[in-house]
Amino acid sequence: MTERFMTVDGNEATASVAYRTNEVIAIYPITPASPMGELSDAWSSAGRPNAYGSVPSVIEMQSEAGAAGVVHGALQGGALTTTFTASQGLLLMIPNMFKIAGELSPAVIHVAARTIATHALSIFGDHSDVMAVRSTGWAMLCSNDVQEAHDFALISQAVSLESRIPFVHFFDGFRTSHEVAKICALSDEDIHAMIRREWVMAHRSRSLDPDRPVLRGSAQNPDVFFQAREAINPYYDALPGRVRDAMERFAELTGRRYDLVDYVGHPEAERVIVLMGSGCGAVQELVERRVEEGEKLGFVKVRLFRPFPAAELVAALPPTVRAVAVLDRTKEPGAVGEPLYQDVVTALAEARMDGVIDDVPRVIGGRYGLSSKEFTPAMALAVFDELARDEPKRHFTVGIVDDVAHTSLEWDRELSIEADDVTRAIFYGLGSDGTVGASKSSVKIIAQQPDTYSQGYFVYDSKKAGSVTVSHLRFGPRPIGSSYLIQLAGFVACHQFSFLERIDVLERAQTGATFLLNTTHAPGEVWAHLPVEVQEEILRKELRFFVVDGAGVAREAGLGGRINTVMQVCFFALSGLCSAEEAVERVKASIRESYGKRGATVLERNFRAVDRALEGLQEVDVPARPAGDLRRLPPVPAAAPDFVQRVTGMMIAGKGDLLPVSALPVDGTFPVATAQWEKRGIAHEIPIWDPEICTQCGLCPLVCPHAAIRMKAYPEESLEGAPASFKATTWTDKALPGRDMTIQVAPDDCTGCGICVQVCPARSKEVAKHKAIDMEPREPHLAAERESFAFFLDLPEVDPRSVDADTVKGTQLLEPLFEFSGACAGCGETPYLKLLTQLFGERLVVANATGCSSIYGGNLPTTPWSTNAEGRGPAWSNSLFEDNAEFGLGMRLAYEAHGNHARSILRDIGAELDPELAKSLLVRCARDAEAIHERRDEVERLRGLLGEHVGRPGVRDLDELAEGLVPRSVWIVGGDGWAYDIGFGGLDHVLASGRRVNMIVLDTGVYSNTGGQASKATPRAAVAKFAAGGRSTRKKDLGRIAMAYGDVYVAQIAMGSNPRQTIRALAEAEDYPGPSLVIAYSHCIAHGIEMSGAMAHQKVATQTGFWPLFRFDPRRELEGENPFQLDSRKPTKPFSEFASKEARFAMLNHANPDGAEALMARAQRDIDEQWSIYEQMAKMGFDANEPQENPR
Amino acid sequence: MSSTDLSTTYLGLELVSPLVASSSPLTGKVDSALRLEEAGAGAIVLPSLFQEQIEHEELELARLHDFGAESYSEASGYMPELQAYNTGPGGYLRLVERMRAALEIPVLASLNGISKEGWERHAKLIESAGANAIELNIVHVPTDPSLTAENVENLYTEQVATVTQAVEIPVSVKVGANLSAPVNFATKIRDAGAAGLVLFNRFLEPDIDLETMDVVPRLELSRPSEMRMPLRWIAILSCRSDLSLAATGGAHGAEDALKLILAGADVVMVASAAILHGPSFLSDTLTEMRTWIEEHEFQSVTQMKGSMNHENCPNPAGFERLNYMKALMSYSSPSP
Repeated sequence: MTERFMTVDGNEATASVAYRTNEVIAIYPITPASPMGELSDAWSSAGRPNAYGSVPSVIEMQSEAGAAGVVHGALQGGALTTTFTASQGLLLMIPNMFKIAGELSPAVIHVAARTIATHALSIFGDHSDVMAVRSTGWAMLCSNDVQEAHDFALISQAVSLESRIPFVHFFDGFRTSHEVAKICALSDEDIHAMIRREWVMAHRSRSLDPDRPVLRGSAQNPDVFFQAREAINPYYDALPGRVRDAMERFAELTGRRYDLVDYVGHPEAERVIVLMGSGCGAVQELVERRVEEGEKLGFVKVRLFRPFPAAELVAALPPTVRAVAVLDRTKEPGAVGEPLYQDVVTALAEARMDGVIDDVPRVIGGRYGLSSKEFTPAMALAVFDELARDEPKRHFTVGIVDDVAHTSLEWDRELSIEADDVTRAIFYGLGSDGTVGASKSSVKIIAQQPDTYSQGYFVYDSKKAGSVTVSHLRFGPRPIGSSYLIQLAGFVACHQFSFLERIDVLERAQTGATFLLNTTHAPGEVWAHLPVEVQEEILRKELRFFVVDGAGVAREAGLGGRINTVMQVCFFALSGLCSAEEAVERVKASIRESYGKRGATVLERNFRAVDRALEGLQEVDVPARPAGDLRRLPPVPAAAPDFVQRVTGMMIAGKGDLLPVSALPVDGTFPVATAQWEKRGIAHEIPIWDPEICTQCGLCPLVCPHAAIRMKAYPEESLEGAPASFKATTWTDKALPGRDMTIQVAPDDCTGCGICVQVCPARSKEVAKHKAIDMEPREPHLAAERESFAFFLDLPEVDPRSVDADTVKGTQLLEPLFEFSGACAGCGETPYLKLLTQLFGERLVVANATGCSSIYGGNLPTTPWSTNAEGRGPAWSNSLFEDNAEFGLGMRLAYEAHGNHARSILRDIGAELDPELAKSLLVRCARDAEAIHERRDEVERLRGLLGEHVGRPGVRDLDELAEGLVPRSVWIVGGDGWAYDIGFGGLDHVLASGRRVNMIVLDTGVYSNTGGQASKATPRAAVAKFAAGGRSTRKKDLGRIAMAYGDVYVAQIAMGSNPRQTIRALAEAEDYPGPSLVIAYSHCIAHGIEMSGAMAHQKVATQTGFWPLFRFDPRRELEGENPFQLDSRKPTKPFSEFASKEARFAMLNHANPDGAEALMARAQRDIDEQWSIYEQMAKMGFDANEPQENPR
Repeated sequence: MSSTDLSTTYLGLELVSPLVASSSPLTGKVDSALRLEEAGAGAIVLPSLFQEQIEHEELELARLHDFGAESYSEASGYMPELQAYNTGPGGYLRLVERMRAALEIPVLASLNGISKEGWERHAKLIESAGANAIELNIVHVPTDPSLTAENVENLYTEQVATVTQAVEIPVSVKVGANLSAPVNFATKIRDAGAAGLVLFNRFLEPDIDLETMDVVPRLELSRPSEMRMPLRWIAILSCRSDLSLAATGGAHGAEDALKLILAGADVVMVASAAILHGPSFLSDTLTEMRTWIEEHEFQSVTQMKGSMNHENCPNPAGFERLNYMKALMSYSSPSP
């Protein structure tokens, strides 16, 4: 047999089989499984057939629950059906999973196993999701690496069709789903050899068909349900045998042999580990090494987890075994032990009771690897060592330091057992410089070499702008099983010079390693520019040190900041894998493969960069000792609070793994206002203010996505002690006389997006290009602006009562309590959130749907949600993706309950305390800043009075609940994926609830966080993931749906089109005594736009009628006025003018001009129709004499 | 049907009429091109293939795909990978092929390059796609004070030579009016292998938006009076060069076309008037031309061609003088 290789990640390895073996594929984006759906959608829209010659029908659903429903239905229709998911997505499928298994419908769900959200969400890998479905009746088959993910995708599909029992095929999220590796590929012939035609026919023949009708899904009574449930048993009894048979057939076919459980190790092992998943790679390396050295160790890979192969497991253990450690990658609080442990113990106990074995070895259970925590051979060794103890911990953890419950095992952090013939390289890059892409390409290039295997794994931080990426690349003569990060590398490349001040990039460099640095400094000069810590490490580890001006080469080749190909060629040249000439040729071939589709120019420029790369590569003659006094920066400034110093700072420094259990909160509750301590300095250019021409309009702070440019008006005398560089001018607004004002940039927090400069309306009369703020290189301004910003922060904040919060200018004097988020540079969502905090921040409560906003809002290490000087500010939480409206409603109900309770006590005892005060608290509404301020005073006074009445019934309760008499502003925040799709049912219910909650939809028209998959907010004719051929249906008019209730406040806003309307709508929504829904146009990098001009682009969105602005306020009806106000003018431009500026539309125009033309014409009709309806609605007359019933 | 022969020869190509539809949106689509042919166009010139635009699109596409890609754990990128993007010259070459298949009249492609390789590569591709000729759309805005007029002209001639050496089909050159020495330039490009000259290119001239204070390039349709500048230079060149001559810019009716032909144009190109009045503008104009030709007892366009050029006209000084001088003179007393 000739082996065909491919170099893919676990997701692609799986999808390539799942796609070819199915007819219907229901998909929904969820990390880390999304790529399987994306690939299937792309293949389907390209017309690629499956192994049976038909093109699978791929459909995106509104949620995983929806996908599961489609799977169930399609199976009833007799189609070969699959889906992909992870984590909460799998949980949403549970109800249908019970049904599908109960009905013996064959199917496979491929799961990139991911942590279930508990005290926090985590996108990373463990088995908590798959363990939550082990009672559904689905068989469960675990793949340990990329090759197995490919192979088991087929084995599970084959056995499911044969046995009729559906399968969950799972592998570790990220570690396997995202690891790129060279594997042997399965052909369509292999598929046909594994899946017998009669099984497929049998499945089809069981479908619902009116030609041979049946009833399936009946309701049964106590008389028969139990028996019927037991009737299924023979199918499960037969299953392990069938899996084993299939694995036998597979081995004959491919030479790759698997069993239900596989034992590896010494035939007379005394200590054995049992586990599943990618961790097997680390254990295997250790066991093989130690067995070679004569130790009696072994381990068992469990592959089939349900039905649990108890007999096979017992049989797999050598009879010599004295102690077994079962490792679970999940946690079940309160259980006797984790699931695999319990199964192993039970299997051994039953075997003993049945006389199969004479003695039960000691069994201990441990947790490892939660949320992709590293699991290394050293940790496996710690487990074996524990097994050797006289009294090992019955239940333990490994990989962390548990100084609270003392469950953890110690391990040797220095131990590395990687083979000498495996080359290991680490690349530090910036998200935007293409390092990961180039590293993936290197993995593929190396894999093309015969008898050479390669592996790539990629680590990202949690920021969307200026993120740091670390690529781990291994290659060697055997398939690479190392399922953990490289600990010691022979090659380390740092693609961004600025990292040296913040990150210990040489931490993993081994002695004598090669260090490649991208720098503009010449080899003779670079040394003095390195932090002393880096110099010392180079000397101590005796590194060979090379530099290249990658940015210079890339720029000359016309590639801007994309240094990736330059660095890639240098890596190959230094790696010794091939000659320099060959390296150039191989990289070129790879570029041709990856970028060929994008045109000759891209190829030419990359080729030019490749050709010139080596000219600039030079070795540094390393001096004998460190020089200069540059030091690496501390992760957080010394002024940061204790928790930030101890805990947050460690995470920022990339050393969070070292934090012990005691350092972390027990319930996921963290302090806010921490983003201010994470100074990332990622901008190359920052806005510099010219007070001479500034009109003080406030637009720049309004639109800044990061609160990195701010405005303050302060008493003139506050300027005393200002640094010399501090700029100020007279505040011209009469509302606050006698003040000076300043527009100030936060130079270390600005991302350099340039949106502020684009919206600035003030130009110099002499030089039109010079505005009141201009983007200028950061470096020359840094020291002065740092000093100025520090002074600016200490200037007094304006009293909210003194500003006109109905204006842009007024709101922008208010302190933002949402600052320095890790959102993309130029983000279109965050300005709305920041504005919310300026308007209602000190009494704001946020229920945040999962998505971009929950990531930039709540992904550690820091949060942008902040506090004012009194310590007040937004309280924030994220429940799930699908339940956010309900979650926020629950919050509102709690505040209502407590407020009502407080008021009822006040009614009882208020007269005795202070009748006037009680009356005011009970009767007056506190709406504007003045009233809220008074209300706080009243509450303060009330609590003061309560002190004199301690012991009276209700007093204690009132004291505790009194704060609730200050109105809370509950905002339910989420994106369109939540509002239009997965959370629509809940949103709809909350709209109908009549309760005082506010919902803001940050509408980007795609699932932004997972990479731009289509939602029902995606406009017609736009290309998106899951809509690669252009979305063929129109965007849902969510506003109109909400308006249909009649008593819901609804507004559609776009800050860039009409900021005043935005401010007004948010204020009205908050003021409205019932549910409100604000749909906010949010530009996004997934639109393919020039982000710096995004706010002006929003204007075009409105001018073309693509995004009309309106407000629907039911209260107006009481005044006899039309509740619907159309705030934008009749479209003056064609939709095409808007669309031509967005790649998501323009791409289709190129790729499929005829199709695009038709879709664009329909999209224009959508707009015309919608406008016509809105226009009619706005013209409708309302009779002032017959006011409608008060909506509240 | 009259016997008047409207046919002409341009770049060695036999054309049924002297009206050529020059680059415009009308020549970018097969259906409107068919209507132009039906209305009597002698040939069509396709919209330009702009090397710069192709490169820009390709780079933008790459940039958009790279933007945000591989930098965040939940998203490998933000744009779906499509099967094909149809960037590059492919779309243009298909247009050439489709036009050639659909039309009887010659199809002239138009090319605007920015590099030697670009001119060469794209010219070859256009030739292999079947174009009957290539019109080079050459333009350079010399902002560098050290660059002389000669430098610029040399650049142009090099570009012409690059293309003429690369292809077999005839090559014409469309230039702007801002040449110091058009006759000398014509000689140079003739030596560089060009077969024709198109006078004059109308560029996208900048404008200032008074509201946004931005520079906004804008293309406006030509006005009839504009044909008088090509009229002069065609008259002058017609008797000094064996290049094929095409007049472009400002021909808005039969009278304009007749004048240009009399001055020596082999063909008169129309775009603005056809956009304004539709393809039937050509048939209307041809009818009027035919009437004039018959009334003035010419036999053919070939016979007319150049009969009023610099050499053949009764008052050649008229082409040499600047018109306003003449106008001025007639209102003042004769100079002493």
